[in-house]
Amino acid sequence: MTVSSFTTLLVCMPIGAALAVWILPLSRYATGSLAVLVSLLEVGIWIEQAARFDFNRSGLQFSQRHSWFSDLHVSYHVGEYAFSLWLVGLTVVCMAAAIGYGFWVGRERPRAYFGLMLLLTGATVGVFVAQDMLLFYAFFEAMLIPLYVLVGVWGGAGRLGATVKFLIYTMAGSLLMLAALIVYGLKAGTFDLVDAPTSASRWIFLGFMFAFVIKSPLWPFHGWLPDTYREAPPEVSAVLSGVIAKAGLYGMLRIALTKFPDPASYYRTTILVLAAAALVYGSLLAFRATDFRGVVAYSSLAQSGLIALGLFSGTNLGFDGAVLQMVAHGLVSMSLFLVAGVVERRTTTGEFRLLGGMAKGRPALATLLMAIGVISLAVPGSAAFAGEFLILAGAYQRAWWWAAIGACAIVLAAMYMLRLISAVLHEARGSTVRDEALDLRPGELALLVPLVGVLLVLSAWPAGISHHSFAGDAPTQAVQGQFK
Amino acid sequence: MIHTPHVDWFSLSTILVLVGASFVALLGAVLVPRPARRAFAATVAALGCIGGLVTSVWLYVDSANGHRVVSDAFYRDRWTALAQVILCAIGLASVLLSAEHIPAWGKLAPRSRRDDHIAEYFALLLACLAGMTFFVGAANLMTLFLSLEWFSIGLYVMCAIDYDREGSLEAGLKYLIVGSFGSAALLFGSALVYGATRHLGFEEIAQAVGQQGLSGDALLVLGLAMIIAGLGFKASAAPFHMWTPDVYEGAPTPVTAFMSAATKVAALLLGFRLLRTAFPQEAHLWTWAFAGIAVASLVIGNLAALVQRDLKRMLAYSSISHAGFMLIGLAAGSALGGRALMYYLVPYAAMAFGSFAVVAARERELGEAVTLDNLAGFGWERPFLGIAMWFFMFGFAGLPLGGGFIGKFYVLAAAYDHGWAWLVVVGVVATLVSLYYYLGVVRAMYMRPSAELQVGAVAAGGSPAPERLLHAAVGLALAVSVGSLFAVQPLIDLARHAASSLPF
Repeated sequence: MTVSSFTTLLVCMPIGAALAVWILPLSRYATGSLAVLVSLLEVGIWIEQAARFDFNRSGLQFSQRHSWFSDLHVSYHVGEYAFSLWLVGLTVVCMAAAIGYGFWVGRERPRAYFGLMLLLTGATVGVFVAQDMLLFYAFFEAMLIPLYVLVGVWGGAGRLGATVKFLIYTMAGSLLMLAALIVYGLKAGTFDLVDAPTSASRWIFLGFMFAFVIKSPLWPFHGWLPDTYREAPPEVSAVLSGVIAKAGLYGMLRIALTKFPDPASYYRTTILVLAAAALVYGSLLAFRATDFRGVVAYSSLAQSGLIALGLFSGTNLGFDGAVLQMVAHGLVSMSLFLVAGVVERRTTTGEFRLLGGMAKGRPALATLLMAIGVISLAVPGSAAFAGEFLILAGAYQRAWWWAAIGACAIVLAAMYMLRLISAVLHEARGSTVRDEALDLRPGELALLVPLVGVLLVLSAWPAGISHHSFAGDAPTQAVQGQFK
Repeated sequence: MIHTPHVDWFSLSTILVLVGASFVALLGAVLVPRPARRAFAATVAALGCIGGLVTSVWLYVDSANGHRVVSDAFYRDRWTALAQVILCAIGLASVLLSAEHIPAWGKLAPRSRRDDHIAEYFALLLACLAGMTFFVGAANLMTLFLSLEWFSIGLYVMCAIDYDREGSLEAGLKYLIVGSFGSAALLFGSALVYGATRHLGFEEIAQAVGQQGLSGDALLVLGLAMIIAGLGFKASAAPFHMWTPDVYEGAPTPVTAFMSAATKVAALLLGFRLLRTAFPQEAHLWTWAFAGIAVASLVIGNLAALVQRDLKRMLAYSSISHAGFMLIGLAAGSALGGRALMYYLVPYAAMAFGSFAVVAARERELGEAVTLDNLAGFGWERPFLGIAMWFFMFGFAGLPLGGGFIGKFYVLAAAYDHGWAWLVVVGVVATLVSLYYYLGVVRAMYMRPSAELQVGAVAAGGSPAPERLLHAAVGLALAVSVGSLFAVQPLIDLARHAASSLPF
């Protein structure tokens, strides 16, 4: 086996494991263990890949290419750039945590559940490594299938409405992308993302962008977000906001900005306005939200806006910051949703008026939530601070007012995050918080501590990502050169 | 004295095998004692289909240079052979499904009467299949009409085979009346075309139109329009679809499964050949006509499917909308369109057949029509059938769980290639609408609160009989629909070779 096939392995192993889980009549325990094992193996393979990755070289690494059907020049083409490597890492780490959480809480119908989680892992990794438009689209859609069922079967009381909204919204975007990619691919004569030349067509650009702004989401395309994040099981919400939303932002970087330089600069102001709107509006809604998951959900909307601001500022700092912030926010929101799940398991609710005073007698929970919250509100020195600082600096280079809007939103972030922390941990004890409710159990610690550990490492060395996402020191040149 | 033409018997071998098997099954109805009749007839039918498969594969390999045989009445080429392969595979799956499920609601009929006409049923199925395999190779308007009637008459009877049930009789009658209307339109259209060109053979018509400058001739165009309408009836494309929901709902489910898959394959593949071969000069007319029919099918099929509660009716409307998608490929009229059509038919036929087979299983355990309500919990009770249905529904909706996804991509690419970007947009919007009702089925199977679950096996008293043959048929459909996602290149190569026997 060559090093290149690691990428394929990352995609195919979880999908194969999903089939195995569905076919083999394993017990609940064996199924969960197998899923956790496979997700940890994924992390292992990714670490091996990261260790072998040559960050000084531009162009695709670990790539593999086989013709899928030749008359339209569609191929199975996978590979990784430095920034996709980080996103793949985010995916495998978050999915391992989510699968571990599902195992810990003992989800009903384990074979179906773990199979779908593994399928989701494979599809999401596939999105970040696909280098063929049709393959990218296939994985982009394939993510929806397990998500739909995961929310619809294991979600809360209002799950049916939420799933319909989620799927119709995201499919509307995706199908426009399908139309756009057919037109683009047939015009270019190839569907390969590496070979395809840039295009000046605004319509095609808009078709792709629709899919990405709905998935990320940006204002005003976020209608599916609050319901879905509230109704999904916590680990699925965590994956949705931590990883899946990043697929939309990744698409902007990999396709929209790279392949459509002219339309991207034509619509730059429009998209920056949408991003800023998502940032401010999401922060305000997060401040107004009355429940744990509501705050995290709307803060994800705000953070998507911030990252899009960085990407579409089109500056070196903006690109570096955006990639760093994608990873940092992915880990933060993953951990926050898992803590939300942990709290809900103890109190049966996420409503702030029923919560409070959980810090007393639960030091581990308090410490972890404080640590994550503090990183999330971008205290200087944290990974999120580094990311947001870079993005704002990049936005400032575009025009000072974008940075001013962003800075206001960061103040808001501090407000809503502190409000969340005090509403859950401090204040008077809530009516649903009983003394018997335990502190974090070993299993929960085993999930959250590594996530926070990674965040602390990133806080100590943000340059690990921000200086290692694009070969060379100038991301704008890399984007203009289509990463070749 | 009548001149006897040279007959290339090998080119007709698929048809002959199927007709022969049909006769043997029919003899079984008389000679084989009742207890063994079902097993005997089903075995003969299965063997007949397998024989048909073998000969049509052989014909495919051996017919690289397409030409007409039997005094230019029948095409021996790869287009015919590939269509015959698909049809025989559908036939084989239908036999597996019918072996246990005809009559569809067996426990309503007394045990003794259940096996009364089973051998005739299989004989009819084989005869229909023979008619279809002849139909796809028809080379002039006369053989076209003859074979159309040949398989249609068989289908009329098969729809009404469950004569204990009013719905089945009603379906047969409705199909007979509306189908005759379609046949009459086709016949009348053929007469007009003959009147205009004095020829019946496809190629001679094209020649006559070219030589005598008949392009745009009123008689010819009217005839062409009526032929298109006649084929539209068979392919159940809007606005010729009125019979489809009622007939699909009333007919025994195995027959519905067979019809929805096989009739469409035959009608669309023959339609493509007829238009490309006989009316290339009128392409500017029929491409637009088919684009219109495709849009109408997509709109009507999808919107009507949204409000259906009965699963068979919903699938009927879904089949209308998929006819619309395939007609996009036909409307493009190009080699790419032909490949797209041929490719699309494979996963479509598998999914359509498979989903009706799953419905048949549920129908049997409930003893009543399957609706979205009494489907609740089905996915958890019957894991294999549930997962298969899940695959079919997501595949129909164009999500990448099967070849349906690539099929949609292909037909839309063909439409864009033809310069019709607007048709791409229509197709995309139609897919989005269709998502709602396909997901409704998944929701019904898996996501209902447990209070609403209906445990079918208990309701029917006792656990369902092991249905190995049905599972085999569903498994076959599942394998084809998922496999076609991975084996795109081989299928496209086959389709390209097949399409190379048509004039472009």
